Amino acid sequence: MLKQIEGSRAMAEAIGLCRPEVICAYPITPQTHIVEGLGEMVRTGDLKNCEFINVESEFAALSVAIGASAAGARAYTATASQGLLYMAEAVYNASGLGLPIVMTLGNRAIGAPINIWNDHSDAMSMSDAGWMQLFAETNQEAADLHIQAFRLAEELSMPVMVCVDGFILTHAVERVDIPAQADVDAYLPPFEPVQVLDPKAPISIGAMVGPEAFTEVRYLQHYKQTLALRLIPEFAAEFRKSFGRDSGGLLRAYRTEDADLIVVAMGSVNGTIKDTIDEMRADGLRIGLVTLVSFRPFPTAALREKLTRARDIVVIEKSLAVGMGGPLANNVDLALRNVAAAPQVHSIIAGLGGRPITRASLHRALRRAFVQPWEGSHFLDLNEEIVAKELHHVRKVRRSGPTAENLLRRLGQGAEVAAVLEAAR
Amino acid sequence: MFQVRFHGRGGQGVVTAAELLSVAAFREQRHAQAFPSFGSERTGAPVVSFCRIDDKEIRLREPIVEPDALIVQDPTLFKAVDVFQGLKADGYLLINSNRSIGELHLDSVTSRLPAGHALTVPASEIAQRHVGRPLPNAALLGAFAALVGLIDLKSVTAAIREAFPEKIAAANIAAATAAHAAVARAP
Repeated sequence: MLKQIEGSRAMAEAIGLCRPEVICAYPITPQTHIVEGLGEMVRTGDLKNCEFINVESEFAALSVAIGASAAGARAYTATASQGLLYMAEAVYNASGLGLPIVMTLGNRAIGAPINIWNDHSDAMSMSDAGWMQLFAETNQEAADLHIQAFRLAEELSMPVMVCVDGFILTHAVERVDIPAQADVDAYLPPFEPVQVLDPKAPISIGAMVGPEAFTEVRYLQHYKQTLALRLIPEFAAEFRKSFGRDSGGLLRAYRTEDADLIVVAMGSVNGTIKDTIDEMRADGLRIGLVTLVSFRPFPTAALREKLTRARDIVVIEKSLAVGMGGPLANNVDLALRNVAAAPQVHSIIAGLGGRPITRASLHRALRRAFVQPWEGSHFLDLNEEIVAKELHHVRKVRRSGPTAENLLRRLGQGAEVAAVLEAAR
Repeated sequence: MFQVRFHGRGGQGVVTAAELLSVAAFREQRHAQAFPSFGSERTGAPVVSFCRIDDKEIRLREPIVEPDALIVQDPTLFKAVDVFQGLKADGYLLINSNRSIGELHLDSVTSRLPAGHALTVPASEIAQRHVGRPLPNAALLGAFAALVGLIDLKSVTAAIREAFPEKIAAANIAAATAAHAAVARAP
């Protein structure tokens, strides 16, 4: 059913259609509306046979999901930012134990400095924790990916994080087609666990494993993710057959056939990039886009196949590995490793801490990539003036004070709203 | 694509206004995207929200920097924020005020717009009368429907009915309808 609906609400309805049996979550912006919606559905009885458990922290939220999943229940939770960090130990446990939990991550920056806005730092902090990570481009895809995520998680007995851009998707009201319950039931069979804690047939889950088998346990975890490289496109194709639209998959290509330059990006920024590409195409520039949906498993072969014919690759990402550069760019480099005459990879760090990524800025950066490609990371819309002033200040004064406070003082009052309005200038 | 930017203060229903407009557009089979400016919202702080309306899928996710219409829910914002930034040369301007454009000293802004594109409407007063609280958003949407003609008043009232409990909806629909009539009557 077509609805004009807040992204969080659409996701809550889609998750409800997956018939989760245990939901536990701790509120944190910008994910809160999703679990609020689910809590309401449980209370009103719209979501039956489901226990909503209020917990005291994110660590407890995922720990309860782990227990519920091990007891054979379809378990769901959601978090963001510091919340994900607070549950970090349990994040590794869920994947190490092979429990098919689905968790929404309302992508948000990580402090300090404290920041509630969107970027992909939280997802990147746990990208190697053994969870699969799928990134949504639109709220339609955000809703659909949850349905595919439960299918994928349970098929492999491995947890999935559905990554949705905080605020940009979670708080946007737009058109979403909410599937019918019967169609979701047909697509997603009831949870049939591969391991279950049952008093009638007691087993233990979570043995201590020494050097004799630790490598093998890890290898099998990795092997499962390589299986996911085949399953993700299969489930997306089946989804298309059942629901009539493209959602999910490993990646999607846009106008790449004859492209000299291909942009690679994840999440909601892809829409703005597509509009920018159409405008640049109209000016005769041969540019395309690969939207990466699956970051874990990383679709090395599929990506290589799309990228090798281009001359330049520009990776636009909302995260920074301090001291290294862009983690997505680094992963894209991996896809081109040992490729003869591989395209050059250029990195753009953009949208950190919620800074809007605008067509105007993308035009400037991408046009520059055609004529004057750069090495290393380019920080989109970096305010070089305040950076230079701060660096000067730090050199001159030993007790130069806290960086964040110094920069805010330089920007002055009212910078918050002014920044939004100045964005495209 | 038609882009509307709402300016107001926390507590005035600025985000709700953009959402309601998007629902009204959706009811007319259009694509619409409403989103807030994502500030840490505090009562009284300047707040911005956005609504895009198009006949095809909307992919763009940047803030609206060149609006086709500006709806200003609080005229005291002019001193704090450059609300007019980026307003298109053929754009519309709707301000919640019981004073005229001239009395607000905005002639220099409105003289750049086509005749009849800038208007003040006493939305807070209308809301006080019908809703019992000076929440101007519903009235401004009614006025917007009359000023721009892009969205029908019926769609606006249907969106309000969908969003609120019956009694509150009825009061806000009355405010939207009264503001619509006031603008339709204006020269």
